[in-house]
Amino acid sequence: MKTPTELRYAESHEWVALDGGTATVGITDFAQDQLGDVVFVELPEVGRRVSRGEQMAVIESVKTASDIYAPVSGVIEAVNDALDGQPELINSEPYGGGWLVRIGLSDAGELGSLLDAAAYAASASEEH
Amino acid sequence: MFDPMKRTPLFEAHEELGARMVEFAGYSMPLHYQAGINQEHLTVRQGVGLFDVSHMGEVRVVGPAATTFLQYATLNDPGRLKPGRGQYSMLPNATGGLIDDLFVYREGADDYLVVANASNTAAVVRHLQDLAAGYDCHVIDESDTVALLALQGPGAPLLLGQLVDDDLGQLKRNATLDVVLSGIPVRLSRTGYTGEDGFEIFLRPTDAVSVWSMLLAAGASPCGLGARDTLRLEAGFPLYGHELTETSNPLCTPFAWVVKDKEFFGRAAMWDPACATRLIGLRLTERGIPRQGYRVLDAAGAPVGEVTSGALSPLTRDGIGFAWVSRELAEPGTELAVEIRGQAVAARVVQPPFHLA
Repeated sequence: MKTPTELRYAESHEWVALDGGTATVGITDFAQDQLGDVVFVELPEVGRRVSRGEQMAVIESVKTASDIYAPVSGVIEAVNDALDGQPELINSEPYGGGWLVRIGLSDAGELGSLLDAAAYAASASEEH
Repeated sequence: MFDPMKRTPLFEAHEELGARMVEFAGYSMPLHYQAGINQEHLTVRQGVGLFDVSHMGEVRVVGPAATTFLQYATLNDPGRLKPGRGQYSMLPNATGGLIDDLFVYREGADDYLVVANASNTAAVVRHLQDLAAGYDCHVIDESDTVALLALQGPGAPLLLGQLVDDDLGQLKRNATLDVVLSGIPVRLSRTGYTGEDGFEIFLRPTDAVSVWSMLLAAGASPCGLGARDTLRLEAGFPLYGHELTETSNPLCTPFAWVVKDKEFFGRAAMWDPACATRLIGLRLTERGIPRQGYRVLDAAGAPVGEVTSGALSPLTRDGIGFAWVSRELAEPGTELAVEIRGQAVAARVVQPPFHLA
């Protein structure tokens, strides 16, 4: 299971990459492995305001539909349209081409509550 | 009390292949291997897949009254079978529903092997034993002494044909043949649960690892229960607990052909039903995946039924499923919708199978 050290993580298995005031968000390698083959992704509208912990997307694997939560509060600035035709990018490149959304942060203070790679790996392995 | 999961003889083989193991009907079974469910599904549609289905139950019914008994106990007519042939069948309860669906093989004039779902085997054995009390035959649970593999896909006859001396071209659908695979005696049945050509292979548990390895070495790809489920759904086959249940009347489903007009256990409760709802196939005409329990809506948005199984067809990439809907909306071509996360997603009633359209 890959957990890149430069990212921050939510216990609900989303990763966050920071670039100034914008957070790119996806799901972790652990999460995609648990889900299995992703076949359908429902992403939020650009411009929607989301609160930390709010359900913002749905990822459907062959076996199940899973809610994805906003790891930080803010406004959806972009969504990954490539997932429309290639949802399997979430499996093959969870930290790259499989990104889900970009969120313009409304509260940088929330970042402190995210986990670092070691803490997330420990939390995920407990769940496993 | 701690009740450890049961294992098939291939448990270690699955782990070595990197399978994702899950609990199913009390067994630790492979959900998928490293290829993943979609790839395994497509392999069976286009090549050859190999499944471990040793969790399935095998129940022998033997004795002078075995045929008469099974004609009463099951919905199809095993009396129509020649020895060496099998038929899809169902086990009715007293209230118009089903205890299980089955495959019944006639192995001799008075000797049958009934294959039951793993989750129902205990109930099937109990029911058959109770019901057989007045008949001159015995019901014996042989599940622990039989391993079962399924070799499925268009390439299966060629692959298996290289390993046996027999001409598999002579083995007809639903027929069985005893062969020797590199010194190992097995019983082949030209059956399956995928909608493809293929074989089910009955063998001794102690031979399971050897035969499994032999078939993989010959080019078959391991496939798990995940692909088994999407394949059967795409092929339009029911799964007990979803399409068929204790309360669903098979005469109101596309599988009514199984039920023969004869005396059988529970006939009075099952026969000539009103069928206020019918089981139908659905294909979504917009993007989405129907799932068990989702509501089916009519054109006006009113709830008219419920999905029993659903998936994104790995072959056609459409949302497909089975659902119970009001009788008047069951005609193929009827426009309906499935409610997915509060949205009505358009769907049409279709006649399964879903992958040949």
